[in-house]
Amino acid sequence: MNEHTHKQFDAEMEVIRSGVLAMGGLVETQLARAIAVLGDDEEEGTLDQVGAVEREVNRMQVTIDQQCSQIIAKRQPAAIDLRMILTITKIVNDLERIGDEVKKVAYKAAQTRGNDRLTQVRQHDVARTAGRAQEMLQLALDVFARLDAAAAAEVIDRDDEIDAGFLAIMRQLISYMMEDPRTISPALEIVFIAKSIERIGDHAKNIAEAVVQVVRGKDVRHASADEIRAEVAEE
Amino acid sequence: MNFETVAARPEAPAESPPAAAPKMTIRHLDFYYGRFQALKGVSLDVADRRVTAFIGPSGCGKSTLLRTLNRMYSLYPGQRAVGEITLDGENILAPGVDINMLRAKVGMVFQKPTPFPMSIYDNIAFGVGLYERLSPRQMDERVEWALTKAAMWNEAKDKLKQSGMALSGGQQQRLCIARAVAVKPEVLLLDEPTSALDPISTAKIEELITELKEDYTIAIVTHNMQQAARVSDYTGYMYLGELIEFGATDDLFLKPKRRETEDYITGRFG
Repeated sequence: MNEHTHKQFDAEMEVIRSGVLAMGGLVETQLARAIAVLGDDEEEGTLDQVGAVEREVNRMQVTIDQQCSQIIAKRQPAAIDLRMILTITKIVNDLERIGDEVKKVAYKAAQTRGNDRLTQVRQHDVARTAGRAQEMLQLALDVFARLDAAAAAEVIDRDDEIDAGFLAIMRQLISYMMEDPRTISPALEIVFIAKSIERIGDHAKNIAEAVVQVVRGKDVRHASADEIRAEVAEE
Repeated sequence: MNFETVAARPEAPAESPPAAAPKMTIRHLDFYYGRFQALKGVSLDVADRRVTAFIGPSGCGKSTLLRTLNRMYSLYPGQRAVGEITLDGENILAPGVDINMLRAKVGMVFQKPTPFPMSIYDNIAFGVGLYERLSPRQMDERVEWALTKAAMWNEAKDKLKQSGMALSGGQQQRLCIARAVAVKPEVLLLDEPTSALDPISTAKIEELITELKEDYTIAIVTHNMQQAARVSDYTGYMYLGELIEFGATDDLFLKPKRRETEDYITGRFG
């Protein structure tokens, strides 16, 4: 994309764009911490860190939203600039929500410790699905940085894997709960954790869909996988 | 924007015609100022009772295009148009067209307000008198009607005998619109109608444009892209005498089809 005649416009857009990437980086690190807690191999003080960084993520959302409002008021962006700004306000919303989910995962994972029968599910199955969500988030931020619509379509496809992982965890937990009612209480906690991870996948998918909208000018939020592939394949 | 991409572009794009019925059609229009070619193969439809806007950098040919629509250029020797422009199916570039009748049907308002040095009333009555014989009472009615259409009857009704030159810039421009409307044209051409006006007067004229399109077909040239986005139904982007892209305004400002258009409307031009 060429530069704007107003160089300051470019500078303002770059501040916003790099702000989104920095916020995404923080959320990714948070998710890595939560996965460490799920696997019982986190460092000392990780939960405190998760809480503090979550507040930082919230602050960044507000700042970036403000910057977007200001650029709309001052520059009246059109076409790709407008799509970019509108999309960024959605993306920071998704990132903030991922931040919330990650915090829930970390805190609840710490709470479910002590029930040996469910340790296996938490350490392996849940952590593995969380790892997939982490990859998906990483890729979504990467396609945003590169504005790559074709790669975004692949990220969107990956959400199915996470949904499948969530259902598999559900089935396992149901078996445990039927076998031994004493597992019901901790198993429910793990249900919430798994649900949070499934939501993280959805938010990462939203980010990838937003990238398609920036690049192609087409809203693919409710399109089928085939329709999205056809959209990004054109041209 | 670099010149190679424009020069290397194949034939002028086949423009998708607006969904609304065309009032005027322009086909393969070339225009020359002496030996200089200012328009190159422009083809598009001007939709009936819609607002069609032309945007583009200075010298792109947008005002020239507007001036062909009522043959304003015929006043000047050495300027000529080649191609076809129809108004309700009739070729207005054909020899033998009554240019005065054409201009009664296709009125024009210019960048700078140009009231005649006469009273507000006479500014409007003058043009009407050239085309129609009205009784004084009918003329009074026509003047009131035109000023009402131009959203300035309330401001002007108590000072109809005052000079049009004494009005503010915004009022003068609305007087010029009233004058253009008074002869009951079918098409109104607006050449940068608000570029000399303050924001409030501009807003009033834009509001007026939206109201006038109920009855008139409007073509507007503007340097203010947000204005084109606000008031028009269809927008054409012109560059170096060519119509680069033409389409529904809603699409053009959100997702233009051509890179050149995107560069221009996002301020990445030149």
